[in-house]
Amino acid sequence: MKRIASFVMASGAVALGAALFAQSVPEINFDANADIINLPSYGEVAGVATNSRGNVFVYARTGHAVATLGDERTFYHGGSRLFQFDQSGKFVKELGQGVYAVNFAQQVRVDPQDNIWIVDAGSNQVVKFDPEGRYQLVLGRKGENIGVRPGAGVPASVPDAAARGAAAPEGGRGGGGGGRGGGGNPGAGINGDSFNRPSDVTWDRAGNVYVADGYGTNNRIAKFTKDGNFVKTWGHTGSAQGQFNQIRGIAADAAGNIYVADAGNKRIQVFDGEGTFKSQITNVGTPQAICISGGSPQYLFASNSNDAESLEHGEIYKLQLGGQVVGKFGKAGKLPKEFGMVNAIDCRTENDLWVGEIWNWRAQKVTLKK
Amino acid sequence: MTRRLSAILVALLFATPAMGQNAPAAAKAKAASPEIPFDSAPNFLKLPPGLYMGEGTGVATNSKGHVFVFTRSGETRLFEFDQNGTFVKEFGVGSYGFAFAHAVRVDKDDNVWAVDEGTNVIQKFTPDGKLLMVLGKRPDPLEQTVMLPGGGQYSGANRPYSFHRPTDIAWDPQGNIFISDGYGDSRVVKYDKNGRFVKSVGTRGNGPLQFSTPHAIAVDAKGLVYVADRGNSRMIILDNDLNQKAVWDTIGAPWAVCISQGPHQYIYSSNSFATGNNFDSAATTGEIYKMELDGTVLGHFGKSGHGFKEFSSVHQMDCRNPDELYVAEITQWRVQKLTLHPAASRSTGGR
Repeated sequence: MKRIASFVMASGAVALGAALFAQSVPEINFDANADIINLPSYGEVAGVATNSRGNVFVYARTGHAVATLGDERTFYHGGSRLFQFDQSGKFVKELGQGVYAVNFAQQVRVDPQDNIWIVDAGSNQVVKFDPEGRYQLVLGRKGENIGVRPGAGVPASVPDAAARGAAAPEGGRGGGGGGRGGGGNPGAGINGDSFNRPSDVTWDRAGNVYVADGYGTNNRIAKFTKDGNFVKTWGHTGSAQGQFNQIRGIAADAAGNIYVADAGNKRIQVFDGEGTFKSQITNVGTPQAICISGGSPQYLFASNSNDAESLEHGEIYKLQLGGQVVGKFGKAGKLPKEFGMVNAIDCRTENDLWVGEIWNWRAQKVTLKK
Repeated sequence: MTRRLSAILVALLFATPAMGQNAPAAAKAKAASPEIPFDSAPNFLKLPPGLYMGEGTGVATNSKGHVFVFTRSGETRLFEFDQNGTFVKEFGVGSYGFAFAHAVRVDKDDNVWAVDEGTNVIQKFTPDGKLLMVLGKRPDPLEQTVMLPGGGQYSGANRPYSFHRPTDIAWDPQGNIFISDGYGDSRVVKYDKNGRFVKSVGTRGNGPLQFSTPHAIAVDAKGLVYVADRGNSRMIILDNDLNQKAVWDTIGAPWAVCISQGPHQYIYSSNSFATGNNFDSAATTGEIYKMELDGTVLGHFGKSGHGFKEFSSVHQMDCRNPDELYVAEITQWRVQKLTLHPAASRSTGGR
């Protein structure tokens, strides 16, 4: 009886602590404008990013993913589009129409040279376009077809095999998509660019590329040179330091530290560029979209996005790079100035943000006020 | 003859009533109430050229009498017409939430709500057509791919006039046709120049006249056939009647093969980096070999990589001119034009 009572008391204390914590985070005043950008075709906004001229890029799941029938295998096309707007929201153009990798938008980012990078979880690819929209680099390879029958090739029992869209790869030897490991730790992926629903991409000052890999079972960060050649990979499935459980975002600071939104473990892990664990941030809920602002000092933004079946959470945290929470703003909802499954944050300055929402099919411009 | 025809006619005439045997009885009110005369405006909706109605699943009007039609056409689409039936505009062109129309409604503020039973999404539009709200979430297409058929596995069907994921084609000087077939079969098929089946050889395996993904094929001026037996990391040379003459197994996995033109022909073979593989294998793949037709290796060039002058899974080559090659790559989406300088070849220390 006594034990039960103390347990209840302890639970109460924990709840009280959580409440105190919630109260202690200042609310940041903000404006949000959902009317600047009107998509040429509506759909889930998985990614939003700006370039140095204030142009806005939106990578949206729109139209339909198409399965081509009447072939030896079932091929998969379409399903997403990449739009460019000027800073007033006027539509400029579409990039990558009909591009092989454009299937299930997951993220778009603009690098310091204004190149546009898309991350696609359907094709399992990361594609770099130059500012004019020409290919510069392709990472990963799309599964040749979708739908995997038992038999030769990928066993049907492999978890997530169909979600990867991977069948016998070109060549039929070695691995298909990721997720089957390379004989190392479970869910570590192989030493290469076989992504499994990659979620995000970032760069250090030298231009090295870091891919968050991802929503699937790989649970790793893959590092490449600026030319796209493989350097190293770190992480595998788990909850210890340096392990991941569904990586939903990645960002780098000016010093080259890599921040990883380890959503399933409800934390942001920080590494150096070689993958050495440095610290973790655990008081921001389930981080889905993260962003590190330009300017000095830099700030880290992290969205504790709601899931598809609730209106809970939804607030976005502003933190110092060391992890101290500066404040938070917003909540889940479907109205303007509310957030519905935020999957992308662009933060060129600490007060000028764009957020992309999967639930509400829009990109909102967010202005933080003192 | 006439009788038989009329029998068919009778059968057809009775088919419809017979099918109606389970129809419900007429509503009681039908006989108990007067019939109301009415007219219908023919072709009320005036669709612009190029727009077509499909199944008319939804219709609603707003306070101005404008008519909204939600239709299953080639794609599901939402059209607005004015009170005269003149086309005004289309809502949500290409929307993620339009796949199988079900209903459209207009609320008291003239917002237009479209209910789509294909995507499980309900969209709320302003009267101007701007999306205001989304209810529901479309099922994740990636989670659904498990339902789709077809991995295209090896069958070994060896049919004379059907292929199973064929890979390449070549011709001898007489115009005979040689096809490497392929992923789903493991064979080489010969046709004459008119497309008549002559012969096929090969099953899956690694023995004589066996292949594991014959991925490319080339024929020289004498009619010898060079088969890139990629999965076995060897080139198999066949005579014109498809008898095995030689095997080359020192040039890695031949993904792409080509033979140059001119009096002195050379053969090129690419040991391409295999897509989806561990990047560690990039160090041991990627180079292209230049050989005499007897298999003597004259040299090699290139390495794996995404960069300029690197090869990212070369999938086909053209070497009409032996010093001017075009290479197509799978994983860096490009074609590179290469100019070789064989006279300047240097030893690479046996690497």
